[in-house]
Amino acid sequence: MSAGRSDLHGLMAEFDSPTALVEASRRARAEGYRKMDAYTPFPIEELHEALHLHDARVPLIVLCGGVLGGLLGYGLEYWVSVIAYPINVGGRPFHSWPAFIPVTFETTVLVAAISAVVGMIALNGLPMPYHPVFNAPRFKLATRDRFFLCIEAADPRFDRVGTRRFLESLSPREVTEVAP
Amino acid sequence: MAEPARQMPLGEPQGPAPSPFIAPGHTFETVTDKISAIVLTRRTPLGWLAGFAVAFAIVMVFLVAVTYLFLKGTGIWGINIPIGWGFAIVNFVWWIGIGHAGTLISAILLLLHQKWRMSINRFAEAMTLFAVACAGIFPVIHTGRPWLAYWLLPYPNTMGVWPQFRSPLIWDVFAVSTYATVSALFWFVGLLPDLATLRDRAKSAAGRIVYGILAMGWRGSARHWARYEMAYLLLAGLATPLVLSVHTVVSFDFAIAILPGWHTTIFPPYFVAGAIYSGFAMVLTLAIPIRAAYGLGDFITKRHLDNMAKVMLATGLIVAYGYMTEAFIAWYSGNTYERYMAFNRMTGPYAPVYWALIATNVVIPQVLWLKRVRSSVPLLFAVALVVNTGMWLERFVIVVTSLHRDFLPSSWGMYYPTVWDWATFLGTIGLFVALLFLFIRFLPMISIFEMRTLLPQARVKEAR
Repeated sequence: MSAGRSDLHGLMAEFDSPTALVEASRRARAEGYRKMDAYTPFPIEELHEALHLHDARVPLIVLCGGVLGGLLGYGLEYWVSVIAYPINVGGRPFHSWPAFIPVTFETTVLVAAISAVVGMIALNGLPMPYHPVFNAPRFKLATRDRFFLCIEAADPRFDRVGTRRFLESLSPREVTEVAP
Repeated sequence: MAEPARQMPLGEPQGPAPSPFIAPGHTFETVTDKISAIVLTRRTPLGWLAGFAVAFAIVMVFLVAVTYLFLKGTGIWGINIPIGWGFAIVNFVWWIGIGHAGTLISAILLLLHQKWRMSINRFAEAMTLFAVACAGIFPVIHTGRPWLAYWLLPYPNTMGVWPQFRSPLIWDVFAVSTYATVSALFWFVGLLPDLATLRDRAKSAAGRIVYGILAMGWRGSARHWARYEMAYLLLAGLATPLVLSVHTVVSFDFAIAILPGWHTTIFPPYFVAGAIYSGFAMVLTLAIPIRAAYGLGDFITKRHLDNMAKVMLATGLIVAYGYMTEAFIAWYSGNTYERYMAFNRMTGPYAPVYWALIATNVVIPQVLWLKRVRSSVPLLFAVALVVNTGMWLERFVIVVTSLHRDFLPSSWGMYYPTVWDWATFLGTIGLFVALLFLFIRFLPMISIFEMRTLLPQARVKEAR
């Protein structure tokens, strides 16, 4: 187990179809592997559930961004129109809230949308110029037509020989070692 | 590649059989290679070079027109008092309207699970961005001193002044800039996995480096996809009310004023319907030639064209209802000025424009009821062009006929566009087309990863 730590990122199995990958992920999970990731050319819903991928942080970030945007927008309008630069237009109230709604709406959406994108990219750890999985010789096909499952050497159950034997039992196209 | 055995005739889907929105026989490889090849391996087609050259020449016309404008001021246009808005605002509203289809297709159709959006959303989004860019130019150059346009934004300044937040014009600044930003984000997020595909498939070092930087190290990890899908869904949810709000706010520029012909409550919904109408017309106008030039009939099928024609027909009817309401309320209100405005539109000096508008926007598009027309590509293209013209005429009618004769006959006037008005308008069309040409050449115009999900082999077959 410890032998693989420093000179190996993990073992990667290549599959032909999403069905095979999802099945393999389920089996690996059942086998007790936790530190693993799948790489696919398009999102596969069943895979999220097979690998138990639940991350509630993106919606939370978007909610916070939206609330913040709304408060900032309305606050700006209130401060400008009531405190910093009050203009009396035909005796209308300085705090004319119905007129402030459109801009409040726009800033809410703006900050929420920026939080969604920045939050997603940041949680994914992007931009990431280098990642070990790119060392796998056929990994380029992960953005074309192949489906990969990588069990990482950092997993406590990882064993260079045993894990390879397990992955090969899932009938992949091939299993390769991934340099760190 | 192990192909699932199920192959059914086109157009008769049964159960989880092939989608009618992609021709049968495609695999993950063919979809990826066919779309990315347009960007990566093929040599630049001669037609592309010729088209880009023409568009670029028109951009030069735009630059000349704008340079002269900066030297001389807005007096080179046909605007005057009372018609202070003229072409600049007509074109602004027209372009913003066109910019609505992209986000509508990407966001609203995503939430409604309309899978046919997948092959047209990418370039509809690009079209949105470029249309909004063209739109944004007009109010800025219409300010007269465009180098001071940043005064529109609220920022602490030595003059000690702040924008007037009760004015719809400042709402417009926020609505349009938010829309431009969110559309750009949406577009980029959608592109991210495809940029990774281009990075991995590029043969040239420059391609690998540029697409590599843009893809930010995307590797298709399942963890990333889970967050990606969530973020994309939330963006769609945010963009949906946004797209409806933008033209609503634009219509407030008119509806909040007290001018006859502008001061009506029908404006927000009628503007939004008109925006979607013109947006789909523009998507068809672009999709039909691109589909023919690049042989993309497998991905942009006749079903897509048919669906878009139906959306056009439906929104066109809402627009027609808007015209009827305008005329009815003008009569029913009993208001002298409103009645005169409607009468003047139909019989006054701009009557030919009004009747051309009715013909192009209401009468001619009714041919879309016929399946024969919807399934004929050239006819559909012709109708789309007619609708594009019609929507431009609509904005002209709204802006000019309302302004030119208001309450006091002593302050009536006429507006005649000058050659500089036309040059600026034509110039933005050139800019729009030139940007689209660049987009088609350097980025995948169809979302590759979403097309993969349309294939029957993308479905996970559950053993249990």
